[in-house]
Formats: sequence, structure tokens, C-alpha cells
Amino acid sequence: MSTDKPLSDVERIKTASRGLRGSLIESLNLRHTGAVHADDTQVIKFHGIYQQDDRDVRAERQRRKLEPQYQFMARLRLPGGVLDATQWLALSQLARAYGDGSLRITSRQSIQFHGLFKENLKPALQDLDRVLLDTISACGDINRNVIACANPNRSLLHGEVYGWAQRIAAHLMPRSRAYHEIWLDGEPVVQPEDEPLYGKTYLPRKFKIALAIPPSNDVDVFAHDLGFVAIEEEGRLAGFNVTVGGGMGRSHTNLATYPRVADVIGFCTPEQVLAVTEAVVTAQRDNGDRSDRAQARLKYTIDRMGLDVFVAEVERRSGFDLAPTRPARFDTSGDEFGWVDHADGTASLALYVPGGRVVDGQPEYLPLSGLDELVRAHGGELRLTCNQNLVLAGVSSAARPQVEAVLERFELDLAPRRTPLETGAMACVAFPTCPLAMAESERYLPALLQSLNALLAEFDLERENLSLRVTGCPNGCARPYLAEIGLVGRAPGLYDLHLGSDRAGARLNTRVRESLDEAGLLDTLRPLFARFAQERADGEGFGDFLHRLDLLGATSTSEQGVIA
Amino acid sequence: MSAVVELPRRVPAPVLDEGQFHELRRFADALSPEQLLWASGYLAGLQGAGVAAPAAEPVAEAVRIVVLYGSQTGTGAALAERVAERARTLGFEAETLDMLRYRRARLREDRNLLLIVSTHGDGDPPDSAQELHALVTGAKAPKLADTHFAVLALGDASYPRFCQAGKDFDEALAAAGGTRLVERVDCDLDYEEAAGQWTERVLGKLNEQRPDTPRVAAVPGAAARPAWTRHKPFAAPLLERLPLTAEGSSREVWHLELDLAGSEIEFASGDSLSIVPSNPPELVEALVERLSLDGDAAVATPQGERTLAEALASRYEITRLTRPFVERYAAAAESDQLRGLAVDAEGLAKWMDGRDVLDVVAEHPVQGLSAQDFADMLRVLPARRYSIASSPLAYPDEAHLTVAPVRWASRGRDRFGVASTQLIERLTEGDGVPVFLEGHAAFRLPEDPERPIIMIGAGTGVAPYRAFLQEREVLGAPGRNWLFFGDRNFRTDFLYQREWLQWRDDGLLTQLDVAFSRDQQDKVYVQDRLRERAADLYAWLEEGAALYVCGAERMGHDVHQALIGVVGAAGGLPADKAEAYVEDLKHTGRYHRDVY
Ligand code: SRM
Ligand SMILES: Cc1cc2nc3c(=O)[nH]c(=O)nc-3n(C[C@H](O)[C@H](O)[C@H](O)COP(=O)(O)OP(=O)(O)OC[C@H]3O[C@@H](n4cnc5c(N)ncnc54)[C@H](O)[C@@H]3O)c2cc1C
Ligand SMILES: Cc1cc2nc3c(=O)[nH]c(=O)nc-3n(C[C@H](O)[C@H](O)[C@H](O)COP(=O)(O)O)c2cc1C
Ligand code: SF4
Repeated sequence: MSTDKPLSDVERIKTASRGLRGSLIESLNLRHTGAVHADDTQVIKFHGIYQQDDRDVRAERQRRKLEPQYQFMARLRLPGGVLDATQWLALSQLARAYGDGSLRITSRQSIQFHGLFKENLKPALQDLDRVLLDTISACGDINRNVIACANPNRSLLHGEVYGWAQRIAAHLMPRSRAYHEIWLDGEPVVQPEDEPLYGKTYLPRKFKIALAIPPSNDVDVFAHDLGFVAIEEEGRLAGFNVTVGGGMGRSHTNLATYPRVADVIGFCTPEQVLAVTEAVVTAQRDNGDRSDRAQARLKYTIDRMGLDVFVAEVERRSGFDLAPTRPARFDTSGDEFGWVDHADGTASLALYVPGGRVVDGQPEYLPLSGLDELVRAHGGELRLTCNQNLVLAGVSSAARPQVEAVLERFELDLAPRRTPLETGAMACVAFPTCPLAMAESERYLPALLQSLNALLAEFDLERENLSLRVTGCPNGCARPYLAEIGLVGRAPGLYDLHLGSDRAGARLNTRVRESLDEAGLLDTLRPLFARFAQERADGEGFGDFLHRLDLLGATSTSEQGVIA
Repeated sequence: MSAVVELPRRVPAPVLDEGQFHELRRFADALSPEQLLWASGYLAGLQGAGVAAPAAEPVAEAVRIVVLYGSQTGTGAALAERVAERARTLGFEAETLDMLRYRRARLREDRNLLLIVSTHGDGDPPDSAQELHALVTGAKAPKLADTHFAVLALGDASYPRFCQAGKDFDEALAAAGGTRLVERVDCDLDYEEAAGQWTERVLGKLNEQRPDTPRVAAVPGAAARPAWTRHKPFAAPLLERLPLTAEGSSREVWHLELDLAGSEIEFASGDSLSIVPSNPPELVEALVERLSLDGDAAVATPQGERTLAEALASRYEITRLTRPFVERYAAAAESDQLRGLAVDAEGLAKWMDGRDVLDVVAEHPVQGLSAQDFADMLRVLPARRYSIASSPLAYPDEAHLTVAPVRWASRGRDRFGVASTQLIERLTEGDGVPVFLEGHAAFRLPEDPERPIIMIGAGTGVAPYRAFLQEREVLGAPGRNWLFFGDRNFRTDFLYQREWLQWRDDGLLTQLDVAFSRDQQDKVYVQDRLRERAADLYAWLEEGAALYVCGAERMGHDVHQALIGVVGAAGGLPADKAEAYVEDLKHTGRYHRDVY
């Protein structure tokens, strides 16, 4: 995109980074600070690592004349969210040795380590390398983890779709060997590598790709820059409907920012997937806003160019036209829990992981040592879901009794004992690690769920399937704008209330109240639950109900509509 | 602390003509207070020598005295000044001189030498006295048949090698043929009284040797005595106190800000402030109870009558043992064990470690000991020094301190360092902290603002460097600054981290090297960093950098060894040459240490 505005500073840093090297090696060797050089905080993201600080102690450390408690979060590159048992055990070991002892399953089916100190980064990444894992481009202005449907019910197509996730991810990997050089002591290159796809400055902003298998929209394909919706015909993968321009991020103050559901722009065959991908990525590379990072995501590029113009550009670049969209229907963006038996005699188990966090010694979370035992008993494939949950895939009939015993011993199978509201709820990380958090999220979720369970119980609604998503700021990491009830943090203890998505995650919700405390939140929901209990149609979801009765001002954008 | 003397503004005709007067004014204006003092003594001496005196007066040669001091923390230096001042008031021509600047040739010239020397390390002379010490105790010691001398030794009787340096000098000068004016006096930390008596005796003795009758003071009240002393400290309000180490640290260090407004205490960056502490009330109570004495019983103390409880709280040392106390108590207790210990220096030191007065009393109870008898056994509670962590230029009227409370457990009882825990636990913001300045330290920024400095410190030893950098920042001093800092853990114990990082970003702190001993398997200390940076360090030294070491004694020792290694490795010098190089830094005043 040509513009008169100066390039954003991140563009300068990328250009100067010599293929994502920056001055990271020097930064790692600085002993007087736990931080890296300011520019390197941008470079290191391309290596899947964020510099953070423990916000719980930030003010006190400042008072004590100490720098913030700098620490790092590292996110796995894990296309399709599949791990084997050995890898899991290595991760858990790593979290204990170098991190805060927890593993955090993310809303994009990856795993994050928190609380890694600078000096531990290198040993941690070397341990990962030993089990064939890495964190390359899990963050940064580049294609992120490619995610794919994890639902075990869809196992017929899962293998194939997962294969495409892998291929797309491989196709969009940066060529830079900086990661090997810096973290794995690889030979330094003389001349930084060419990046034929990305160029020196990579993409204007993060870029996210999801592959869905209807009727499950567990990946929230409409929240992604680029999406592929698998179309099954006669039991085979015929191809994909293509979606573009989804995104959640907005800000409370910048009114030019907004969440956007993706547009479906046509259909492509599996063979065309990489060409379409490359066309969309390069169209964004060349047309995205590189001056204003708040306008740099593909959704804004599309709205600026016009969808038709953008699609034409994609077709020009790929060299073919997309076919007409094929019919596809989603019913839920949530996970289904419990055992599923497969035709081959194996079975899968989807486990509810509260808050996505696995850690020992904290009763609101699943114990890491328990999950380690479970993984050992199973010994096979694990899948992470985009709702921050965990699937044991293909459990053999021989292993199953062992698995069940461990489940029982550590009380790991919580879903049957929790309300659907709880098992379907999602919260982003927020405090104490997220630098952008304005309010608590993950740590607030258990208390919030208790209050909401009690409120629902007042109307006999506690077995109701309601999607609840909470984030500590408007960036929307738990995709709160696609929940029936979305809470978006504004300040400590205060949240905006968004209501009215559908269960399949195809419609944005509406902001109905700003800056509510918990009492205000419950007071706002109480009359709505009361009417829902009495006036709902059969099988009607809460979001659809609010729309049918026009309680939100019948709108699908979150900019309007406040309940009187 | 310059003298407040009303100077004539007009030409004192007909004594001096206008040209002479202005000449004198110009000369005098350029002098430091110390130089002024000397010059005035000199002029008075000239008068005594008859050069400028009216011809009618009898010609009498003034007796010249050199007060030579070897001082690490400034006590001795301040004392020397007072002795010289007293001598001048008695009409002597007296000069004070740092042993550091005393040249071999003068040893043969100066007839009357008064030595004031403290002991540091483990019985070592102060850094500034080491060269002279080596000379007089060595094989090449000059013969001093015509020299009269007297030694005042400063020390601390809780150390096994009490006043060792003073003893060495005393013996060496006598062995070289010198004549003692009076017997050496060894002062414990409560030195004032003993030092005063020594001064009078020495000057009295010198007076006897004077051919004519003593004259009245030529320079009245030249140097103002410090307004605040141990007996009359200034109550500095505690403005702020905050912890510096983070939660979860194995260490505990605090930052204190004291208000000196109105005190007219003038210190320089590098000085330390003395705190007059009082003992923890629980300990006093326990001791009184153990003695089966009445806390309200009256006892006479050097400062007048007090109740026993009051005296034990604020007049006498009860947390540290000294040999004199053990000796006296042994006599009262008629204990062979204690008597035996009192004559076995090494054994005594070991035995005293981890014991306090209460332990001795509990282990060796004495029947019928009176409150007065007991009080008389104790030594006066000495002041504690704390490096000032702020520059008077940056924080006028304030003194910041960096204090590590001393706590440990021994023999089933929790023990508390008197001053340090008082500062942290028993005083609250707003309270007056009793302080005074005990004399200026040799620990000083170089006069040349362009001279690079290398600051090496561990733990609270970093305190004076904060003052140094504040000062150089305010002055815009262009000299480069290099800090080596060490402590246990990087995340919790990096004292004043944000300030160093800010100075580093600003370019004031040119180099910053840190060592955290407990962050990795192998212990890493500042001396290891010195070795790693040997080449650059040596280059700085070659460019004239001044070197500072502050902190625990052990570290001071290890750093010293490391420096010799650094100079040897980077300068390609054999061990003896490297050592001489480092010693020479000391002797040329470029290597300062404040270790405690
Ligand atoms: C861990 C995770 C939330 C979770 O609880 O699972 C997460 C956590 C963070 N997100 Fe996110 N995002 C996560 C999924 C999302 C999603 C959901 C999705 O992609 O489906 C979104 C909304 C979709 C979108 O991108 O629009 C999302 C939108 C953002 C944004 C807003 C982007 C925008 O276009 O405005 C930011 C801030 C930014 O990029 O400037 C952000 C930034 C962050 C950072 C890295 C904060 C930062 O930039 O310093 C958070 C780290 C917190 C921490 O301490 O761990 N995160 N983030 C998710 C990791 C996914 C992964 O494995 O890659
Ligand atoms: C020039 C100079 C500058 C100084 N600067 C500072 C400074 O900036 N910050 C600072 O904190 N201190 C500084 N000190 C040290 C300070 O003066 C005190 O010595 C210190 O605070 C202890 O005093 P106290 O009264 O609290 O302890 P005291 O009551 O004097 O007790 C200390 C005694 O306790 C004993 N002891 C301590 N720990 C143990 C143990 N673990 N086991 C057995 N016995 C033990 C030792 O015998 C020690 O002598 C400095 C000292 C000097 C000489
Ligand atoms: C680190 C250190 C070590 C000391 N070692 C001794 C010692 O071995 N023997 C002794 O008599 N006094 C010792 N002292 C006490 C000092 O000699 C005493 O405080 C003296 O008053 C200091 O005088 P100055 O300020 O002139 O150096 C030591 C003091 C310190 C701070
Ligand atoms: S939504 Fe905001 S608070 Fe939550 S993790 Fe994302 S950036 Fe942090």
C-alpha cells in the first residue's frame, strides 16, 4: 500500500533485523537486565517469544528501585495442535525446569510457557528442539500457527485436513535461519537469507489461518484472516470454501478499530489451497497498512479496498478464479466432551481444561502431574482444541482401562461434573503476564462462573448451553465478540458486556453495557435470563433468542444497540 | 566545616600596606580550610622564629610537631586535626599529615612525631599507612636516634588483633632508636577520653622540653570543632524508609532517607554517617533480669547518672563482646575458663563469636554483682557507620543510607545488630535518628572530574557509588564511570538497579558489570567479573583511573587479589611486579577501600 504516512517503527526494526536476528544474541548476554533491547522485543516475537513482566509485582518492584520482573512467554509452533506423548512430557518437564510450572493451552490450540527468565530461554528452546518442536513464527508479523478442527467426531476428515494445515504452515515458514543460529547455536550465516514470499519486512501485521470441518466451528473460522472450510462430499474431502477478513481485535479508544467476521469468497480444491493461501498472503503483504498498526490487519485492507477488488486481486495472483461457494453449515464453536468410539476400535476422549491452564497445586486447574500420568497411560496422540481443551486421540482398547484409572485417580474428567456454561467458557490469559490486560480474565473466570451458575440456577437454566467468553482487554484473544455472552475488560473489576452471538460463531455480538462490575453484570443479565427461561423457542440459543425478541436492537455489529 | 572567623575587610594599616594585604588575601582565598589552618600555623611559627617578629622580642624557636595519621574511615584524620589544633593553641608549630603523603626523607628531619593510626582488616594498618608501615617495620628502616614520638592507636577491642597497627608502629619506631614521649595508648571505639588524655600528656611533655615559657595561642579557635558528636548527636528525622530487596530474597537491604536540614553537617560523597544506636529493649530487659538487678538502680556513667536500664539501653555495648570486658568479668566471676580465654587471643575470638554479654552473664553468673560494678565492666556503646548513599549536591540537606539489618540466631536465641535493626525495626518515619559525622573518609571522588573511576562493590557496599554518580551527574563531570556490583540473586538483590540502568542509558555509567553469586550452579563474584574484564580494566588503570572497593571485608580481600591477577595478566607482569603496581595505586591515592 502506498501512503504518505511514515512507516511504523516496527517496519524499521524488521528491515534492520538482518533476517530476524536483530541484536538478540547481545541482548541475551546483557547481565544487568532481565530484558532484551527495546528493538529486540519486536524481533523476538518472530521467534515465538514475548517479553513480559510479572504485573503482580510491578508497582512494588518500582518502589524498591528494581526493574520490572522481566520474563518471557514462549508459544509453540504447532500446526493443527497435535502432539505425541513424548512431546507432552518434555513440555511439562520444561515448564517445571524453566517456566512457572504451568502449561497453557491457548485459544489457537497451541501451548504457552509463562515466566521464562531470559537465561532460561535458550536451554528451553534446545529442549524443545530435542523433541522436534519449536516456536518459530508463533508470534510476530507473519503467518501464525495454522489451526485445524480438533473435534474427534470428525476424524474421517481430520487426518486430511490436518495434513493441509501442515502443508500451509510449511509453505509460509520464514526462510531465515535466525532461530537456529540464536537458540540452537547454529552456524551464523554470512548473508541474511532471502525471504521470497515475505520480503525483508514480512507482513504488515499478524496473519492467522484456520481450517474448519463443519458442522464444527471449533476453530472459529470467521475470526481469521484466512479460513478454509472443509467440504465433504461422498465421504471425501472435495475442497474448501475460502473465507477472508475475519478478526477480533479492537480498542476502547480507537473508534476506527472493530471486530469483523470473515467473508466467504468461494471454493477451491485441495490442490489450489497453497496457491490461494499465497495469493491472499501476498495481497495483504503488498496492500496492508504499514504505517498504522491499528489498521494493518487484513480485515481493514479488505474494507479499504472493497471485497470485490480484493477477491479479484487474489484471483489475479493465484492465476485462477474461485469456484462458487458450496453449502456448509456450522452448529457450534464449542467442544464436545467425553469418549467417542471410532470404527477402528480406538476411542478418543475430549477433556475439559479449566482456563486452559494445567498446573500443580492450584485447585481451580487440572494438575500437571496428573495429566503427565494420563499421557503416559495413553501413550498416543494428543490434540489441543481452540477452546483451550485437550483431546486424547486414538486411545487403544488396551490402554483404555489404564487411562480411565488415571482419570479417576486425579479427578481429571471434570466435564460431567461441571455445567455446560463452565465447560464451554473461555478466558484469555490477561493478568499477571499479559502486558495489555486492563482487567483480570483467566484468574477471574472461576469466581465469575460461580456467580453465573447461581444466577442461571434461579431460572433452572444451569444445564443450558451458553457460550461465555472473557477477555482482559478489547484485543479479543478469547474471541469474546463471537460469544453469546462476552465480557471485555476495561479496568480492574470492570467489563463491557457483549451479548447475542449465535452458537456457531458466525454472528458478532453487541455491546450492551460498558464498565459493569459483577453486580451490574448480574443485574443486567437477570431479567434477560428470566425472559429467556420463559419465552425461548424450543432449542433456541440465548443469543438467537435475544435477537428474535430484538432485545439488542437487532444488530450484528457491536457498535450499536444498548438495552434500555 | 570551615572556620567561622571574622576576617578584616579593610587594610589593617599601618601593619600592612595595601599591596601586601591584597597579596595575602589572594593567597589565603585560594587555600582549602586544611591548607589555611596549616598556613596560619606556619605564619605563627614564622613569628616565633623571629623572621617577621619585631627585633626587640626575644628570639625563640617554635617547637615543630608533625601529627601523622593513618586512617581508613576518617576517625584518626579528624582526631589528628584536633590534636594539631590543640598544639597550636599551646603555641606549637603543628602540621597534620596523612601517612600516605609522608616521604621517607622527612622521617630523618622531623623531630617530634605524633602518630595516630587505626587498625583494619585483620590487624592490618589502613591502606594509606601501609607503605610507611612497611618502611618502618622493614629491613630498610631508617635510624631515628633524634626522633621523639608518641603513638595513639585506634582500634576495636572486639577484634582479636586489637590496635595491632599502632603497636607495630610504636615498636618499630622505638627499635629504630626513637624516644617515646609517652607510652602508647590503645583506644577502643570509645576513644574520646583516652585520646584527650594522651594529647594533653604528649603536649605537656613536649612543653617541658621547650626552652622558653609557653606562649599564648597565636591563632585563636582556628578550626571549629564539629557541632555534633557521639555525645551530642543531631536528631535527623527519618524521611523515608523502603526495602530495596524484593520479596522472596534471601537478603534484606533497606534504603533510608534522613533529613539533615539545620544540622550544618557538611559531608562529601564517599563519607559515612555515624549513628548513635541504642540496644533492643528486650535484650536490656533480659540482661537486667538475668543479673537479678533492678533496672531502676542508679549507675554513674561517663555522661552522668542514669538508671541501669537506661544505661544498658543507650550507653553501653551489650551485643558485642570485647576482651577488656571478658577480663573484667572473669575477675568478678572468678572463672578460670574466662581467665584462660582472656589471655588466648585466638581462642577468645572464637569463643566471643556468636556470644553477647547476656550469654556471658548466663553462663557465668556472679552473685552480688552491683549495678555499678557491672556497668563499669562494659565498654561505651560506639557509634556505627553507614556509607552515605547520596550526594549533597543532588540531595542537599539529606543523607541516604543503605542498610542491611544484621540478624542471626545463636545459642537458641535470636540476635539483633544494634544499630542496623534499630534503623529498620525500632525507628519509624518521622523519628529523629541520632547522627553525627565522625570525620571525612579518604574514600573520595578524584578532584579531576575527567579522571575515570572504577567502582567495585558488593551488597550495601554499593552505597557510596550512588553518591558518586549523583555527584558526577550534577557536576556534569566528563570522566568515565565503571561499576562492578555483586550480590546473591539478580532478580531480588540488585540494589538501586533502576538507577544504575537509567545512568547507563544516559551515558553517565559507562560500564556496568554485575555478578550474582547464587543464580547459577557455580558461585560468581565481582572478582570473577574483574578477571573477565581484565584487558579493559587494565587499560582504564593505565589511563589513570581511580579505583574504589566497598563492602564486606572478605570481598575487599578477594578483590584485591583479583586486581593483582588482572594487572599481571593484562599488563604481562610477573606476580611481584603486579602486586607492586596495585600497592602503588594505593600509595598514589588512586585505590580507595571502605571495607567493613
Ligand atoms: C494465549 C492467547 C489467549 C488465550 O488465552 O488462549 C493470546 C494471548 C495474547 N495475545 Fe492474543 N492470544 C491468543 C489468541 C488471540 C485471538 C484468537 C484467535 O486468533 O482466534 C485473537 C483475536 C483474533 C485476532 O487476531 O483478531 C487475538 C488477538 C490479539 C490482539 C489483537 C490483534 C488485533 O488485530 O487487534 C493482540 C494485540 C496485538 O496484536 O496488538 C494480542 C496479543 C496477545 C498477547 C501476546 C499480548 C501481547 O501482545 O503482548 C497475549 C499474551 C498473553 C499471555 O500472557 O499469554 N492478541 N489473540 C491466544 C494465543 C493463541 C495462539 O496460540 O496463537
Ligand atoms: C566505613 C563503614 C561503612 C559502612 N557502611 C555500611 C553501609 O552502607 N550499610 C550497612 O548496612 N552497613 C555498613 N557498615 C557496617 C555498619 O557500620 C555496622 O557494622 C553494621 O550495620 C552492624 O551494626 P549493628 O549495630 O547493627 O550490629 P552489632 O550490634 O554491632 O552486631 C554486629 C556484630 O554481630 C556479630 N554477627 C553478625 N552476624 C553474625 C552471625 N551471622 N553470626 C555470628 N555473629 C554475627 C558480629 O560479631 C558483628 O560484629 C559500615 C561500616 C563501616 C566501618
Ligand atoms: C573492617 C574493619 C576491620 C577492623 N579491624 C580491626 C582490627 O583488626 N583490630 C582493631 O583493633 N580494630 C579494628 N577495626 C576498628 C577500627 O580500627 C576503628 O573503627 C577505628 O576507630 C577506625 O579509625 P579510622 O577511621 O581512623 O580508620 C576494624 C574496623 C573495620 C571497619
Ligand atoms: S485479550 Fe487482551 S488481556 Fe487478554 S490476553 Fe489478549 S491482549 Fe491480553
